[in-house]
Amino acid sequence: MRILYFAWVRQRVGVAEEEVAPPAAVHDVAGLMAWLATRGPGHAAAFAEGRQIRAAVNQEFAAPGDPVGAGDEVAFFPPVTGG
Amino acid sequence: MSAATPGRAVPTVRVQEAPFDLAAEAAALTAGRVDVGGLASFVGLCRADDGLAALVLEHYPGMTERAIRRIAEEACARWPALTGCTVVHRHGRLEPGTPIVLVLTASSHRAAALESCAFLIDWLKTGAPFWKREEFADGRPARWVEARAEDDAAAARWADA
Repeated sequence: MRILYFAWVRQRVGVAEEEVAPPAAVHDVAGLMAWLATRGPGHAAAFAEGRQIRAAVNQEFAAPGDPVGAGDEVAFFPPVTGG
Repeated sequence: MSAATPGRAVPTVRVQEAPFDLAAEAAALTAGRVDVGGLASFVGLCRADDGLAALVLEHYPGMTERAIRRIAEEACARWPALTGCTVVHRHGRLEPGTPIVLVLTASSHRAAALESCAFLIDWLKTGAPFWKREEFADGRPARWVEARAEDDAAAARWADA
C-alpha cells in the first residue's frame, strides 16, 4: 500500500510517501490512520490531530469508514485551501 | 474519468507552475466560434495580507487535476448553455500581486457564463487539493493557511441552486 502525505501532515511525518503493509485487521481509512500513528513519533504527532486530517483513496476523497486494501494509494492531508 | 457527453462543453484544465495568459486563454475559448455571446473570467491573485512575502502552493499531482476536471464537468452539466470553460491553477511559490488561478466560462448568453464562473471558483476553494503556506517578510515562521468556514458556506450555497 502506498501512503502519501501533504502539507503539515507531510512535515510532521517527515516523509512525503512510504510503502507500508498494514496487518489484515486494518480494513478502512480510520483503521489505517490508527495503525500509521503507531509507526513513530512523527506519525503520532501528525495523526494526533486526526479530526483535522482528510484522506483520499486512489485519488478520490474518502471518509473514515471507506475501505482500504493492498495496492491502494492512500493520501492524508489537511482540509484543502486552494483558489 | 467520465466520458464526454454529446453536445456538452469539454473543459480545459491545467495545473502548472508557470504564469498564465488571460488574453490567450480567452482567445482559445472563442477561436473559430460565432455562438459565444458572453465570456466570464475570474482571476485570483496573491494578496500581501499581514506582511506576506509569498504563498507556497502544494498540490497532489494527478488527483488535483482530476478533482478540478470533475468540478468543471459538473459546471458544464449544470449550465448546458456553456460552450466552453477553462481552469488554470498555479502551484509553487507565488508572490503578492501575481495571479494564482484563472476561471473562464463562455456561453451564448451572459447568465450561464457569470453563474458558472462563480460556481467554479467557490468549488475550487473547497474541492481541489491545494494547500497554501504563508511566508513572511519579517522572518516570522511560515504557517499553513487553515480552511475557512466562509469558503465551505460559499460552496454549499450551490447545493440548493
